[in-house]
Amino acid sequence: MFDFGIWTSWIHSQLTALMPEGLAIFLECVAIGICLLLMYVVIAIIMIYMERKVCAAFQCRLGPTRVGPWGSIQVICDVFKMLTKEIITVRHSDKFLYNLAPYLVILASVMAFACIPVSRGLEILDFNVGVLFFMAASSIGVVGILLAGWSSNNKFSLIGAMRSGAQMISYELSIGLSILTIIVLTDTMQFSEIVMRQADGWFIFKGHIPAVIAFIIYLIAGNAEVNRGPFDLPEAESELTAGYHTEYSGMHFGLFYVAEFVNLFIVSSIAATIFLGGWMPLHIPGLDGFNAVMDYIPGFVWFFAKALFVVWLLMWIKWTFPRLRIDQILTLEWKYLVPIGLVNLLLMVVVVVFKLHF
Amino acid sequence: MSNYIKGLFHGIGSLLTGMKVTWKEYFTRKITEQYPENRATLKMNERFCGELSLVSGEDGEYKCIACGICQMNCPNNSIRIVSEMTEDPETGKKKKKLVKYEYDLGSCMFCHLCVNSCPHGAIEFTTEFEHAVFTRSKLVKTLNKK
Repeated sequence: MFDFGIWTSWIHSQLTALMPEGLAIFLECVAIGICLLLMYVVIAIIMIYMERKVCAAFQCRLGPTRVGPWGSIQVICDVFKMLTKEIITVRHSDKFLYNLAPYLVILASVMAFACIPVSRGLEILDFNVGVLFFMAASSIGVVGILLAGWSSNNKFSLIGAMRSGAQMISYELSIGLSILTIIVLTDTMQFSEIVMRQADGWFIFKGHIPAVIAFIIYLIAGNAEVNRGPFDLPEAESELTAGYHTEYSGMHFGLFYVAEFVNLFIVSSIAATIFLGGWMPLHIPGLDGFNAVMDYIPGFVWFFAKALFVVWLLMWIKWTFPRLRIDQILTLEWKYLVPIGLVNLLLMVVVVVFKLHF
Repeated sequence: MSNYIKGLFHGIGSLLTGMKVTWKEYFTRKITEQYPENRATLKMNERFCGELSLVSGEDGEYKCIACGICQMNCPNNSIRIVSEMTEDPETGKKKKKLVKYEYDLGSCMFCHLCVNSCPHGAIEFTTEFEHAVFTRSKLVKTLNKK
């Protein structure tokens, strides 16, 4: 596999030759930050376009077709429309928290986004407790949502935010358990290491039964974690208008919207990294010719193909099932997913101890 | 416990049924019509009500006998029939004959009461739908053009 680390270390050595190391690292951080935010926006646009097209296909429609070829510029136009709109502040709202909330949500999302290993050597945040950091960073988002609901001075927003708090905090447990199942198999929490260990087969194949169960639990819990259907209770359109972002307008609403779609991509790409090998090509032990051919496809192509496939799976689920009630959501989590996840963790420990995995 | 496991598998089964349905839907031909582009090939449904028209019989004459039932049944008074009495030259019997069948598309609400009440099946709705004109008076149409 091509290692992008060669490029990045070359850039670093060129910069340190010109200036003191502290300044070089500062400049690199700024450049990486800009690249990260650009990628964030581009992925949000791709996600929204994909959502509209896939949703349309599931409903036997065509989706956007007018603006640009196959409607491809439609979402970009929507983004510019959103940017030009007025940001309204509601009277009797808690002004400071009201304006802070969307930035907390986007902060959590960007921090989780930075953990994703896109290709070899293209990891931004990569250290030995990466998985733990990812879980911690992504759960800051619920604070933003709760604050948005609380500060809007609107009962719909508050109900939406409270539901979202109950739902996201519960489902974090299942996400943790299913990731833990794979960590038992890998004995590392560093994302780049997790990908490297899948060189001789992705974990969903290596861990067979417990890995597949963990993958399904992860998909369900991940879908609930990003507040998308069938778990879109926090913004249940028919009951709560738009839930916690009812009172937001303009780009503040846009931040919530963008964060929701990028969170979908983050959840999918973590699923792709942990279960489907991330940027690691499909390797079958023994077939060296086949493995060599697969290696010619660049890592980031593999990564995006897998992540978009998982996104498509989640969209398929979203546009198939009706919304659950809040008690049904909590029943599903506490009476089904958590016990099954715990048993599955035990099963994985047994598999690892007796070396039953491939 | 057995109920729990049974319920779990039943639930998964019913979810998979739903996913099978949407999977099929994903690959079926999409029904969206891209209207101005496909104007040449556009085919409307038979049941679509565009505008009223008179049906001709086998002899090429309109089937309408100017009885006026459609005019009486029309809730919006969109139909106005002008008729005259003519005498058959051979038998000498008197007969009503249609002079003018006037139909106001602008006030029609496409309720089908006229079509349903016609005893001779002499009127029907066509699927023509491009009705835009610049003045209301152009919407008042005379249907018997022969």
